[in-house]
Amino acid sequence: MRSLRPILFKAAITCLGWTVAMLMFFPILWTVLTSFKTEVEAIAFPPVFLPAQWTLENYFEVHARSEYFSHFLNSVVISLGSTVIGMVLAIPAAWSMAFQPTSWTRHILMWMLSTKMMPAVGALVPIFLIFKSVGLLDTLPGITLVVLTANLPIMVWMLYTYFKEIPSDILEAARIDGATTVGELVYVLLPMSLPGVASTMLLNIILAWNEAFWTLSLTAVKAAPLTAFIASYSSPQGLFWAKLSAASTLAIAPILIIGWISQKQLVRGLTFGAVK
Amino acid sequence: MGLIKIEGLKKAFGNQVVIPGADLEIENGEFVVFVGPSGCGKSTLLRVVAGLEEPTAGRILIDGQDVTHAAPARRKLAMVFQSYALYPHMTVQQNIAFPLKMAGASADLIRTRVHEVARSLDLLPYLERRPRALSGGQRQRVAIGRAIIRQPTGFLFDEPLSNLDAALRVSMRKEILDLHGRLRSTMIYVTHDQVEAMTMADRIAVMNAGRVEQFDTPLELYRNPANLFVAGFIGSPKMNFIKGVKAGEYGAHTIGIRPETVALSHSAGKWQGKIERVEHLGAEAVVYVILDTEETVTLKVGAADDLAADQTVYVTPQEDKIYRFGADGIAIRSA
Repeated sequence: MRSLRPILFKAAITCLGWTVAMLMFFPILWTVLTSFKTEVEAIAFPPVFLPAQWTLENYFEVHARSEYFSHFLNSVVISLGSTVIGMVLAIPAAWSMAFQPTSWTRHILMWMLSTKMMPAVGALVPIFLIFKSVGLLDTLPGITLVVLTANLPIMVWMLYTYFKEIPSDILEAARIDGATTVGELVYVLLPMSLPGVASTMLLNIILAWNEAFWTLSLTAVKAAPLTAFIASYSSPQGLFWAKLSAASTLAIAPILIIGWISQKQLVRGLTFGAVK
Repeated sequence: MGLIKIEGLKKAFGNQVVIPGADLEIENGEFVVFVGPSGCGKSTLLRVVAGLEEPTAGRILIDGQDVTHAAPARRKLAMVFQSYALYPHMTVQQNIAFPLKMAGASADLIRTRVHEVARSLDLLPYLERRPRALSGGQRQRVAIGRAIIRQPTGFLFDEPLSNLDAALRVSMRKEILDLHGRLRSTMIYVTHDQVEAMTMADRIAVMNAGRVEQFDTPLELYRNPANLFVAGFIGSPKMNFIKGVKAGEYGAHTIGIRPETVALSHSAGKWQGKIERVEHLGAEAVVYVILDTEETVTLKVGAADDLAADQTVYVTPQEDKIYRFGADGIAIRSA
């Protein structure tokens, strides 16, 4: 009887895990399935799970009606741009906080984190007005700057955590061996914290790709990324569920594939230090 | 060259003063050991010499040049860390080559020097391995290789053997001494192990609470300790200290007697006591005797087969080997 207990416990945990995973994955699955249905099937009640007849019509129509690729390119520019610039700023910041801390370091870190707790809508009007007056509304540099600013605290925090794991002896050895501060970073710190740097970049790309609040508020046509592309299917004429789903599938596909391929790296990166 | 001079050096972290003031002059080619208990400031002093810590006051001179505020690499010193501090993502070859690469040496020169160094340290078969695939001793040799490759003026060792097992420690100790014999460079070595200090050093700086209590040759420290701290720290087993009436007989506040300079007898002697414990070490034994006046005296004797706990014995210190200390702990020298 006693030996059964761990097996039952393991089975229960597995079932729970699968249930939670399926619940989280269900909206994506439903979106993908709906994208292959006709509009009638998409709004049918009671809902149909699998399309009676699989159709690619929605995809053709989405492609014909809107500039998927220009939105896609905007998403790429915003997510890669904010990530690259963010890393250039976050690496030295995290380095100095991890290896040259002052009595203020802890406070600065907490302050950076606190900015993430502020509702973004609170800053919307001032930022909108500033952007309007300096001509940054609906421009790629403008929206990249905002996404970068929104994600920078997370990048600094993540890198700070990884850098803290690197023994300072090794960096001191590099300094004695004649490495400059940049040499220390390039030859020792970054190669040693490569998993952490990679997962920070990856997470930032995902966050920037999925960013909807700022992109919907500050872009319209020229700089609009895929999130705006999806939103454009919710029109005053009504919601076209099947087309909206096709557009959503096209928008999330790239990041879903990247996430799928690098999930091991991402999970390792996010739990680094906690479960060393 | 490699004359290292520490002048009025002070180091504080915030309000906490770690080194209140240190003055040392280390001769060219000398092997100097900083020894002291944990937290005595010996590693901090070494790190200030290396340039890894900025001193609060005072100066560091290397070959007459003031390097107090110079970057570590500009001091031409190499350092071997307790943790070895090897670059885990580089091979042995890349680890050893790193200082030359940073100095901008040519690829040919780097290759030649790495091979020379690796040969001298028996590391040739491991050049392509990464540090995690090496044993503790091999890692330590890679760290030494990385230190010697750019022919520095001096070497700094920060407890380099404390992560090794006892047998390996003895052989690595010999390797470091051989290296010193070969290179004749100035070496500063930090350890908390007084046996390591005694066996390796030309001169030892005994440190306590950030102060250099005495800076002298190992035998001089053993024979003429400047104060109670040095007397107690150097020598194993530790020197016996006796206060009160017995010390008063010698005109001192405290007298110190080395365990190896006390005679033991079953029949007669200066002080009577009872054996508390006997530790047999084979060739010799350490005997703990509680005197009638409640003080414990440790003795180091030869054969001790006939000794056992609770036996009544007599102990007699060698009169000419009794150290006298004043109430301030400073040694009273005979006139």
